[in-house]
Amino acid sequence: MAEAGARPREAGRLAAALARLWDSDLAWSFRRSRVAMAAAAVMLAIVAGAVFAPWLAPHDPFDLASVSLLDARNPPAWIVGGSWDYPLGSDNLGRDVFSTILYGSRISLWVGFASIVLAMVLGVGLGLVSGYVGGATDAVIMRIAEIQLSFPAILIALLVDGVMRGIVPRGLQDSLAEDVLILSIGLSFWVQYARTVRGSTMVERGKEYVQAARVIGRHPLAIMLRHVLPNVMGPVLVIATINLALAIITEATLSFLGVGVPPTQPSLGTLIRIGNDFLFSGEWWITIFPGLALVLLVLSVNLLGDWLRDALNPRLR
Amino acid sequence: MIAFVLRRLLQSLLVILVVALVAFGLFRYVGDPINNMVGQDTSEVDRAALRQRLGLDDPVLVQFARFAGNAARGEFGLSFRQGRKVSTLIAERLPATLELSFVAALLALVVGVPMGVYTGLNRERLSSKLFLALSLVGISLPTFLIGILLILVFSVLLGWLPAYGRGEVVRLGWWTTGLLTRSGLESLIMPAITLGLFQMTLIVRLVRAEMLEVLRTDYIKFARARGLSNRAVNFGHALKNTLVPVITITGLQLGSIIAFSIITESVFQWPGMGLLFVQAVAFVDIPVMAAYLVLVAVLFVAINLIVDLLYYVVDPRLRLDRTIAGGHGG
Amino acid sequence: MGAGALLRVEHLRVEFPTRRARLVAVDDVSFEIGEGEVLGVVGESGAGKSVTGAAIIGLIDPPGRIAAGRIVFAGERIDDLPAERLRRIRGKRIGTIFQDPLTSLNPLYSIGRQLVETIATHGAMSPRQARARAIELLAEVGIPAPAERFDHYPHQFSGGMRQRVVIALALCGNPQLIIADEPTTALDVSIQAQIIAVLKKLCRDHGTAVMLITHDIGVIAETADRVAVMYAGRIAEIGPLRDVVKQPRHPYTVGLMGSIPSLSGATERLAQIDGTMPRLNEIPQGCAFHPRCARAFARCRAERPELIADGPSQAACWLYAPAAAGRHG
Repeated sequence: MAEAGARPREAGRLAAALARLWDSDLAWSFRRSRVAMAAAAVMLAIVAGAVFAPWLAPHDPFDLASVSLLDARNPPAWIVGGSWDYPLGSDNLGRDVFSTILYGSRISLWVGFASIVLAMVLGVGLGLVSGYVGGATDAVIMRIAEIQLSFPAILIALLVDGVMRGIVPRGLQDSLAEDVLILSIGLSFWVQYARTVRGSTMVERGKEYVQAARVIGRHPLAIMLRHVLPNVMGPVLVIATINLALAIITEATLSFLGVGVPPTQPSLGTLIRIGNDFLFSGEWWITIFPGLALVLLVLSVNLLGDWLRDALNPRLR
Repeated sequence: MIAFVLRRLLQSLLVILVVALVAFGLFRYVGDPINNMVGQDTSEVDRAALRQRLGLDDPVLVQFARFAGNAARGEFGLSFRQGRKVSTLIAERLPATLELSFVAALLALVVGVPMGVYTGLNRERLSSKLFLALSLVGISLPTFLIGILLILVFSVLLGWLPAYGRGEVVRLGWWTTGLLTRSGLESLIMPAITLGLFQMTLIVRLVRAEMLEVLRTDYIKFARARGLSNRAVNFGHALKNTLVPVITITGLQLGSIIAFSIITESVFQWPGMGLLFVQAVAFVDIPVMAAYLVLVAVLFVAINLIVDLLYYVVDPRLRLDRTIAGGHGG
Repeated sequence: MGAGALLRVEHLRVEFPTRRARLVAVDDVSFEIGEGEVLGVVGESGAGKSVTGAAIIGLIDPPGRIAAGRIVFAGERIDDLPAERLRRIRGKRIGTIFQDPLTSLNPLYSIGRQLVETIATHGAMSPRQARARAIELLAEVGIPAPAERFDHYPHQFSGGMRQRVVIALALCGNPQLIIADEPTTALDVSIQAQIIAVLKKLCRDHGTAVMLITHDIGVIAETADRVAVMYAGRIAEIGPLRDVVKQPRHPYTVGLMGSIPSLSGATERLAQIDGTMPRLNEIPQGCAFHPRCARAFARCRAERPELIADGPSQAACWLYAPAAAGRHG
């Protein structure tokens, strides 16, 4: 009974919240910044391209039946020898570069987002625990964090990847490659979230309402989630956007190095790696176009992150 | 002062110990070391004997102590992939990486700091906004892509610079250097730019942000209110205060350059440690991975220590008592 | 006080364009400071006192700007001077003291170096002369063992000592006017009196005029010759110290004075003014104080009052309008 009445109320509250969001300082600042809007548009376009790849791509690059070596190494459409069948050219196996980019973006985006979500959940969780429980747990977690922070993410990611490679049996390696990547990259980025959340948690923990809640018998952790989390979401979101760009780059780098996503399900990084071999023979498009796509994606994420950081910075208001 | 140094040393040792622990874990528990060393058809009896001889049945702590002792002497056993001594491999490749990293770091600092200061002091000028836009593109370009682009332009299209390898190197005792030959220098240019570019853009943005932060402080306002010249305010006061925190972060960056060399070395087939490490990861060549880890940890820790000491020298607040420092010092 | 005034501020208006609107922090403010005179500027946080001080030396934080008015110093107009000439006035002819001595001093330089640098900026001297002068100044502000402490860093001084150093720095160029923005607010109460005493003595000895900005009426009562009370970016009342304190005209000033506990006299309830000073984007029409004023009437809500003379003081209040028709409408 409570359910039925609750739903329209929830919907009403959601609508009201959305309306407030649109009217808020944040949305206002967004509407004013042409750069942020352009970046958001580009990012949306790439995401849409990735999500709707099966419908948008002129060819299915992974359907071995439709791929023929006769079409290999075609230049892009506007150069002599190219055709609009393969608008951005074809690679050494005859796959359409445009299609591979669309499908490749999928993997790049998926791994990027998922790893950041993992990092966020891990980091926020550990930060809450560390800040709330304090004591030895806090010390240990923070030590680990410090040590990890002195190494760049790529190294950590490589390490975890290497370890997983040693643990996962040969046969499963290709199919699990994406998940291993998500784990590696996620594990290399949790620290910043943890530190930020820990700081806020420690501040909240000292406040009286937490002690009052203890007296009443409500679990303080539940209350802290409701109070700390909103305070912390701003900085966490900013960190997430910056890290998203880094995560995408990290995945691309790992794939480029040959320890990421395999060529059977290539991400943008893998595509660049494949294309690299053909630079000197003159078929530059195989590597440049995926590279361009990658740069556009990361650039728009960075721009959005910059805008978000400025918009949420109280001192710049 | 002594207490400070001692404390930092202890912290550093702790870090190295933890990394050694991780490396040991890798060594011992990822995959089966025996399997990696002998062929398929070695009998069980022989394997058991090998286990015994290698001390793999000893208690974990003993094994770790042995590992740590060996590591401290630079002894990591044989590479699974190449069968040669890991320490030899690393010694061969270390100079290449270090040379490349130092040149790249130098480039990043020499270009990055002045650019950062300029954009911080001249916020409104068009040139500043241009530099900033360029720096944004700079951090959006993955290192390997920069390398590929450079190769495309300068090797493929223009044919000016060699794309792969280190060129001719001169042997100076245990060290090999490419700085003394023309081909060595030519080969160094593109990799150094590639490696340094990311760091350079980071430094520009960092220095600029710090500068803007400092220009907002009360003591700058007071300096202006006292009628000090723009030069005195900007370069005497603001710059010095900006550079102090920049030192730490730049120091950390220098450490990560060594790690980022992994990518650059792969793109340019630069025969350094980074390339070795990547090949090791792909092959699951544990001894090499472990050795690289420990070595990098030692390097990082050493750099951090030096940076901390530098900080100590530059910021007077740290000299009396660390706890007073607060703000920048803490 | 007329043409002989050292500093004359006329109809000063300072605006801060923000993302949504243009905020007016100082609205049509006029006052004068004579040579060697101490003008206390009192009011709540946000009343516009500091902004006025910043405007005089041309150091308003951007995007704030002087939108209208004139500032005339020693007969010369200074609000429209080119940057370089204004810089030469700062420190040398108009000194400034800010609130927080900890953040006012560069932590990385010794105070001696900061002093010598300032002294050298305002007059050509050999390094030895500059150092001697610096030590002299330190002694004057009451720093013990000045020659030794010359090489010390700011964090090696206590709060009160730091503020003395700040005062010394402000006096380096022998300025004719010092703008002291909340000089005692960041200090312990016991130190406050000392600092005020130092300031008073030095300014009397050197004949320096002072614009003493503070929200602490007690400090004003000890030091000022004249007082200006600011409210919501405007001057509510201005006049000689005794008059403003003993016989406040403006209802806001009355409220302020009534809210100060007195050590002598009967203990009664402290008067409290209901409500709060309006934020810059919510300033009401007419008199800014009328929503909180017990004596407000129709004209207060409609028209903004200018400063009206009543005896030796002036109050921006329709209660003192000459025409009888204005009273208690």
